Amino acid sequence: MTDAPEIPGTTPFDGDVARRGYALNKMCYSFNERANRDAFVADPEAYMRTYGLTEEQTEAIRSKQVLALLAAGGNAYYLAKFAGIFGLDMQDIGAQQTGMSKEEFQAKLVAANNQ
Amino acid sequence: MAQLIGGLATSHIPAIGKAIAQGLQQDPYWKPFFDGFPPIHAWLGEQQPDVVVVFYNDHGLNFFLDKMPTFAVGAAAEYPNADEGWGIPTLPTTRGNLDLSWHLVNELIACEFDLVTCQEMLVDHACSIPLKLFWPDHDAAPVEIVPINVNTVQFPLPTARRTYRLGQAVGEAIRSWDSDKRVMVMATGGLSHQLEGERAGHINKQFDLQFLESMASNPEWATQFSDREIVAAAGTQGVELLMWLAMRAALGTAGSGVRMVHSNYHIPISNTAAGTLALEVKA
Repeated sequence: MTDAPEIPGTTPFDGDVARRGYALNKMCYSFNERANRDAFVADPEAYMRTYGLTEEQTEAIRSKQVLALLAAGGNAYYLAKFAGIFGLDMQDIGAQQTGMSKEEFQAKLVAANNQ
Repeated sequence: MAQLIGGLATSHIPAIGKAIAQGLQQDPYWKPFFDGFPPIHAWLGEQQPDVVVVFYNDHGLNFFLDKMPTFAVGAAAEYPNADEGWGIPTLPTTRGNLDLSWHLVNELIACEFDLVTCQEMLVDHACSIPLKLFWPDHDAAPVEIVPINVNTVQFPLPTARRTYRLGQAVGEAIRSWDSDKRVMVMATGGLSHQLEGERAGHINKQFDLQFLESMASNPEWATQFSDREIVAAAGTQGVELLMWLAMRAALGTAGSGVRMVHSNYHIPISNTAAGTLALEVKA
């Protein structure tokens, strides 16, 4: 959507991103099943090869950095299943993406009451 | 003919499922959210709906990007929840109403909505948690459901105006259903929140409050916005207000035709500005 205005800090998951991110998202979708989560944990590199991740996607998974995973075409909902493997909740993920501590991120949310 | 008696809406944050499982309803963090429900429970006890049409958005349990429908209608005898991969409790299976499913499919396609129909359909937290919130004293909600999934995963999303029209058509179809059932419509999701990107944690209180106000007085207000305009205002997950538009449209367009039973708004639950609403169709 070249004519759509930019939204700061936001990349809507459109067709361009969906094309780039397909392998990464397909792997993360597989994490709905415990057996697949266990297989990934047992050998992440082999599991990523099974799904044909690109080098950028492979490196993003290794880094566990959400902004890198988004840049590699990841979709928030499938990535959440990957994050769940490590017991990360949405405030952990929010804090990581915004460069805050979890406490700072939670305080930012509460502060929205003052808008 | 079936009676369309009211509408329900609530946020569907996954963490709510954990809070229910751990009995945290009176915990100071959770209480302002759960306190929005008892007046609605009392009303539901009086109203006794038999069937609920649930507008919700799947988050990668039933649908993947290999086949991503814009609108998908359940036509199954039952709708199981399942492991979603992020450690929230799996909730009970809900019974479907096949007669209403196929009546909706027939009527909506006749109205030129090109639907996907699903004779097998897993429903994720977005369907199962709201049922647990509105009927907390039952293992499985004592209603039959027809889930209608609206794509909020992959852009472009259906427009707000198109989703509103879908809701209108659902309302008309319910009222033309040859049945003595008492039917409600439900929306799940919203209000403003954003999970991903440098803008994670975005909440827009003023927009939310205006949107909640519009549900009673001016239900078409938000249909003026494109999907990206809704993202700009309400966040990447704030687009879930599409469900609320469909629910509200089903009840009828006249602002005087509904009574606000109860509403609640609380910031934050998890990363979300949480909203809850019940509307009664005036006899």
